[in-house]
Amino acid sequence: MTIDPNSINVILATDCGSTTTKSVFIERQPDGTFRQTQRGEAPTTVEEPFADVTIGVINAVTEIGEVAGRKLVDEDGRIIQPAGTDADGNPVGCDIYISTSSAGGGLQMMVGGVVKQMTAESAKRAALGAGAIVMDTIAANDGRKPHEQIQRIRELRPDMILLSGGTDGGDEKKVTEIAERIAPARPQPRFGSKFVMPVIFAGNKDARGSVDNAFDESIDLQCVDNLRPTLEEENLGPARDAIHDMFLEHVMAQAPGYDKLMGWTSAPIMPTPGAVGNILTTIAERQGKNALAVDIGGATTDVFSVFDGVFNRTVSANLGMSYSISNVVAEAGLDNVLRWVHLEGMDERELRNRVKNKMIRPTTIPQSREALVFEQAVAREALRLAYVQHKEFATTLKGVQQQRTVGDTFSQKTSGTTIVDAMKLDLLVASGGVLSHAPRMSQTALMLVDAFEPEGFTTLAKDSIFMMPHLGVLASVHPQASEQVFTRDCLVVLGTCVAAAGDVKWGKPAFSWEMRGSQNAEGDLLGGQLKLVELTPGETATVTVKPARGIDLGAGPGNPVAHEVTGGSVGLILDARGRPIALPESRDEARDVVEGWYRELNIIDEGDA
Amino acid sequence: MGQAYTPGLKVTTDTLLKQRRVLPLRGEVMVQANTTVGAQDVVARAELPGDIMPINMANRLSVPPGDVRSLLQVEQGMQISKGDVLAETKGIFGLMKSKVLSDHSGVVESISDTTGQLILRGPSTPVEVLAYLPGKVVEVLEGEGVVIENQVALIQGIFGIGGEAFGPICMATSSHEEALEPSHITDTMRGAIVVGGARVSHAAVQRAIEVGVAGIVAGGVDDADLKAMLGYDLGVAITGSERIGLTVVITEGFGEIAMSERTFRILQEREGRQASVNGATQIRAGVMRPEIVIPVEANDTADDADSQWEAGQLAIGRPLRVIRDPWFGRIGTVSSLPAEPAVLDSGSRTRVLEVDFGNGEKAIVPRANVELIEA
Repeated sequence: MTIDPNSINVILATDCGSTTTKSVFIERQPDGTFRQTQRGEAPTTVEEPFADVTIGVINAVTEIGEVAGRKLVDEDGRIIQPAGTDADGNPVGCDIYISTSSAGGGLQMMVGGVVKQMTAESAKRAALGAGAIVMDTIAANDGRKPHEQIQRIRELRPDMILLSGGTDGGDEKKVTEIAERIAPARPQPRFGSKFVMPVIFAGNKDARGSVDNAFDESIDLQCVDNLRPTLEEENLGPARDAIHDMFLEHVMAQAPGYDKLMGWTSAPIMPTPGAVGNILTTIAERQGKNALAVDIGGATTDVFSVFDGVFNRTVSANLGMSYSISNVVAEAGLDNVLRWVHLEGMDERELRNRVKNKMIRPTTIPQSREALVFEQAVAREALRLAYVQHKEFATTLKGVQQQRTVGDTFSQKTSGTTIVDAMKLDLLVASGGVLSHAPRMSQTALMLVDAFEPEGFTTLAKDSIFMMPHLGVLASVHPQASEQVFTRDCLVVLGTCVAAAGDVKWGKPAFSWEMRGSQNAEGDLLGGQLKLVELTPGETATVTVKPARGIDLGAGPGNPVAHEVTGGSVGLILDARGRPIALPESRDEARDVVEGWYRELNIIDEGDA
Repeated sequence: MGQAYTPGLKVTTDTLLKQRRVLPLRGEVMVQANTTVGAQDVVARAELPGDIMPINMANRLSVPPGDVRSLLQVEQGMQISKGDVLAETKGIFGLMKSKVLSDHSGVVESISDTTGQLILRGPSTPVEVLAYLPGKVVEVLEGEGVVIENQVALIQGIFGIGGEAFGPICMATSSHEEALEPSHITDTMRGAIVVGGARVSHAAVQRAIEVGVAGIVAGGVDDADLKAMLGYDLGVAITGSERIGLTVVITEGFGEIAMSERTFRILQEREGRQASVNGATQIRAGVMRPEIVIPVEANDTADDADSQWEAGQLAIGRPLRVIRDPWFGRIGTVSSLPAEPAVLDSGSRTRVLEVDFGNGEKAIVPRANVELIEA
């Protein structure tokens, strides 16, 4: 369906999550811009006893209708489209209705390829980019014996499988072998015993016939363009589109009530994380920025990034703040968590028991200040670990042959290096309970800075009501409205972080700074110091920094930089702690240092321990 | 608003429990509707298809994949035994032939002309589903399993390890506050479901495994003890497949914590009776908690706390348990339900309630941090 963007004035969007269905209402303003005006939410109703997702959707939409004074649902329980007025002249309906969904555990996929680091990794990138959870990656060289791989496929119950392998015109045999391992395993789908397992083949186009021969009627095979037509090229678009189509045709059609919901929407329903990727890519493209967004949940942490136009998404399956909190502490180590705790007298055994108690009772919240400090310390480590995984995954293509000149001899660049560059990062967006519900904005800002260690100038923001999924689908219908709402309503700008990288020595001069604009100020920072400068929302200023020798703030070691910065609810954070942030080895000294940072950022008040 | 919804764990002396017992794949149902089954009766059985063993015949024969079929001595669907000849090369002038023998027994499932692979499927393995809940078969799900129903005393734990286990209830401690130590475990407890009061130590579990105890029910466990029992640090609470030698059900949580007095009393009153326990825990969408199930008998007395409150409703006077520090594990009753959100020490603003711990001691606690003691 094509929609004329000019005819759209009233937009209704929902995101059907596992537990909550969130609705937002967007309206064109008299000045022609779009703003988000209302929001509502209701429990998701995919599970029994309701078993119809549209009930939750109607409840969440009705809530908006009541506060907006606009009838959005008709007597038959359908969303009224297009917008208009009723017999009494009251406004009714919306021009478009769009939705995302992650209910029922989202889209779960298995991917396969020939070489783990090449075609299998490209397949994984395509699946993650489409918004899927990748349950396992099968490759000829994944270190497992064929029967072990087959056993694994049998155990999994994916919604669909993406198979890749071989460059176009290259080897057919290896990818057919992978297909021959999938076929006898007879993977069982999650929903419905009568459901035919969808398999998307996006490998060597010459192998389509032999791959087709490997499968019988228990598999619905769809062949699309190779996602790695040559080693030097990755073409994820067709595979991603096929995943979205299969998601609607197979997975969504099986879920209770979705057939009805699909009939209501003006654009295809997207998996929630896929939509987040969409909005981030749109914003990065339209504003020419490098952006990174994180969504930390109870079980998983998603990291999305766009660097130089290349989008990547990772899902850290067992890094989260409730169901997976115990795993975060086990992976990071309690010492690494405790380095962010400025309070004395925390008993290790008790802390470990508290972590396990949070795991088994995931909905509890920190009541004491001590519990909050500890939880935010765990969050820093969860985010840091998720970011490490993201950097390892978001790389240039592996297996690419490189032509080297004499000039390249001394540069150590190889294929498969990360494209995530902390110095190039322009915008860092936070979402997820522990970040968006932190009692103080400065707590959110410092968790982001400590975990992601941005370098140079970076704008910090949070998506407090998690509107990015809605705007991601909207971007596919009305990119301009999507961008306007994203910038004005979705993001709460926390401020700007200006951070030094390079040879920072604690206690020695790191950089001097000067701010001119809405506010004027200047000063010097020593290595190890953190400083907060007031710059409120809407204010802008030019910040000039002059780093000491060997220290980089974006223009190379020792070179001064001037940058326009925007204020926010926290302000301007000047960070001379160096990268990576290294704390004193003595626990007592480290505690004092961390306490100093927390005081500077008003995370703790005067008089508080 | 005087009421709010805060679900808790079920601890009841008499409830109608329905259990759906189904096979992981289609098979045969072994019992009929309206019959009575015991906990360990097999109610359904299926044959799990055997393991798959791909054999790269092209490599083994040193021929192109397309030539493999012409050299095979076996056909698709044929049953073969370990050591049987799968293929033989033509050799040179009929001499110097080489043979490929099968390393496994199984059925030839497929042969590929593209890759030269032969797929052999090993013998199937039987899978049996036990009744688990002793009671009446109220529905037969053709080819899948059954639904069993019975009136039972049901105690849901908060966390467990290990799968289904069966045995008579055996009280090991004299009070709900007494920790379960190795000295409490005696040789007579072999095959029993042993109930301890408070925290169970790793040493006590070790002793129970030596004795052959079927399951342990205790109030709490220490994180370090759990790590020692499992041999690794549990990262995510999805359990049930552990094989440590017995099943463990924890009723309250981690740390030094006593079993709820009522839970202990219910188990004590049923000492010697057969129980079914399951340690499987899954704390994500589709929450699954560990449980202890004991069928109701004619002379059982119903607990006063049963059916006094509506399930999930938070109301003044309702008993509850605080499930987060600083009052973790304390039991009290709701004394006030302020409608307005309050600011906590952490700085968060959230809805709270006032809890009365008895003896005049009261505290304000976030509603998210309490659990109703469900009857």
